[in-house]
Amino acid sequence: MTQQEALYKFALRLGDNALIRSYRLSEWCSNAPILEEDLALTNFALDMIGRAQSLLGYAGEIEGKGRTADDLAYKRNEQLFVNVLMAELPNNDFAYTIARELFLSVYEYYYFTDLAKCDDPTLAAIATKTLKEVKYHMAHSTDWTLRLGDGTEESHARMQDAVNKLWSYAGEFFEADVVDVMLTNALNTPDTPRLLKNWEDHTAAVLKEATLRTPSVPFIQHGGRNGVHTEYMGHILSEMQFLSHAYPDASW
Amino acid sequence: MVAIHPSRFDILRLLSTIPDPEIPVVSIEEMGMLRDVVIDDDRVEVIITPTYTGCPAMGLIEADILATLHKSGVKNASVRNVIEPAWTTDLMSDKAKAKLKEYGIAPPLHSSCNHEVFQHNEIECPRCNSKNTVMISRFGSTACKALYQCNDCKEPFDYFKCH
Repeated sequence: MTQQEALYKFALRLGDNALIRSYRLSEWCSNAPILEEDLALTNFALDMIGRAQSLLGYAGEIEGKGRTADDLAYKRNEQLFVNVLMAELPNNDFAYTIARELFLSVYEYYYFTDLAKCDDPTLAAIATKTLKEVKYHMAHSTDWTLRLGDGTEESHARMQDAVNKLWSYAGEFFEADVVDVMLTNALNTPDTPRLLKNWEDHTAAVLKEATLRTPSVPFIQHGGRNGVHTEYMGHILSEMQFLSHAYPDASW
Repeated sequence: MVAIHPSRFDILRLLSTIPDPEIPVVSIEEMGMLRDVVIDDDRVEVIITPTYTGCPAMGLIEADILATLHKSGVKNASVRNVIEPAWTTDLMSDKAKAKLKEYGIAPPLHSSCNHEVFQHNEIECPRCNSKNTVMISRFGSTACKALYQCNDCKEPFDYFKCH
């Protein structure tokens, strides 16, 4: 694998994480429990779309075959998407979405802090910009975790259930394959396995304050980063890519 | 001749009249979104920066810039969107902050956002200047604003978040 190929896959993974998570967050539009949360979650989604545009645009540039961010979003099949599995899991209830956003935003807080210091100027610029937004996502999902965990019996039970169910998907964030290792060595991109302890400590502290138990289940769910997805992914794409399939190259 | 070959300064002055599509009382220049103009022979390149990565107004701003230039006789123009250095509310001028307040949006509190999100802040009501306000939602009608309410005059208002 050349460094160019590694960089392409690296940018694609980050872009897909943002794109697919944006899709899930958008599903809350008009369905959130209160109007303010409808706005908040769709604001999250908007940030993710912006991030996906930057990263997929950059991936296309690195690849050098003239593919745009839109080409990469709308003209790839399931096995070619390389987002982490957690991003594609269904929203279920509000607690489940909040747990997912907490796990991902805490991870991204540490991840983008490090990526902002890497030696690739484009990735560093995207990370610097993204980090500002991630801080708001993390603060918001932390607030809700506390409120639901330390809330009523019902909200506590739902929040605990969400944390238990999502926990085993978090290990995938900290995997490092040949792509990651090559770029960590060459461009000082984040050494993800080293972020695990920060994430565990940070998340455990939030859960504890929210009177929730930190699960002890192992991190067994992974595969998205290599194109092996859950049964939900095909359904996302069939809807997300419908228009571009029905009306190829449609534009506003 | 001036109309055909305007200087960088002329073009910046011309573009500084373009309003922010979401907050029309301030211009894109006052918001700190208009970065620079580069002139190469008769080609004009305008460099802008988004407030938030997903700012949906960028397409409209780009169209406004090109239309404004076109009207002034600058035909060979393009717009480049850069994210580095990242936009911050530090780039907003004091004049812009005063206009925001006048318009009913509480301007960003700090010159830098880095720690704001983690702490409690006293945001002043843009209508009655009371500091007895409460945050209703960290995310308001646009990505760059939060929703607050004044406990004294009871009016809800937008707060432009530090970024």
